[in-house]
Amino acid sequence: MALKLEFNIVGGDFNLAGKASSKIKKKLVQLNIDPKMIKRIVVATYEAELNVVAHAYSGILNACFDPLFFTATVTDKGPGIEDIDKAMEAGFSTASGIVREMGFGAGMGLPNIKKNTDELKIESVVGKGTTLFFKIYY
Amino acid sequence: MKIAEIIMLTEASVIAGDPGKQINIEKAFSCDLMSDVLTLDDHNIMLITGLANVQLIRTVEMADIPVVLLARNKSATEEMIQLAEENDIVLLGTAFSVFRASGVLYENGIKPLY
Repeated sequence: MALKLEFNIVGGDFNLAGKASSKIKKKLVQLNIDPKMIKRIVVATYEAELNVVAHAYSGILNACFDPLFFTATVTDKGPGIEDIDKAMEAGFSTASGIVREMGFGAGMGLPNIKKNTDELKIESVVGKGTTLFFKIYY
Repeated sequence: MKIAEIIMLTEASVIAGDPGKQINIEKAFSCDLMSDVLTLDDHNIMLITGLANVQLIRTVEMADIPVVLLARNKSATEEMIQLAEENDIVLLGTAFSVFRASGVLYENGIKPLY
């Protein structure tokens, strides 16, 4: 039976960004997963958290720790992504000045999630929100 | 390079973490763009930065970076210190600029990532 954890993500609150990924990391360490795989997983979940904080009003991250792989589903309520192909291009960003001041918003998030995951699906409805699903084998 | 040597070369002070931690730093990355830090694949590296906020500590936590040097006397908040301690991250501070700290460490054998 795979272990499942659910986290709420608050849009706009940079102080809380990373809390879910930090808990996911601790759980993966506890499960004795290879540190290189842990890094791939938590970089992907952290990038996903940051996307919600930077662009959406709220979101939920569902993490599933299967014996052979990790999956995350991140669903947000927000403006959605108009052009997913464009959002996947390195360097394309719609992030605000505040996000950039924090050291992010360089248009590297989604490409970095793709780099670190084995499967990635993005569904988005403009004006409603975005759902991101990814899978990483240990 | 041992953390003690990094401290000596950059005239740094310890803000958080255990500087006696048994770790050998071979490479460094100097950057204020956390998005870029999250793309690094190397292990046992240090980050030299002028950015001092909570997301710096979160980023190095996820990117598995054990040592961070804050340049130009940037001060760390209580929350940053607490997070660094919690995650076994050594946080150092120097009066040197990012350029000078990087130069001194490079001259003494720390290698670049790229």
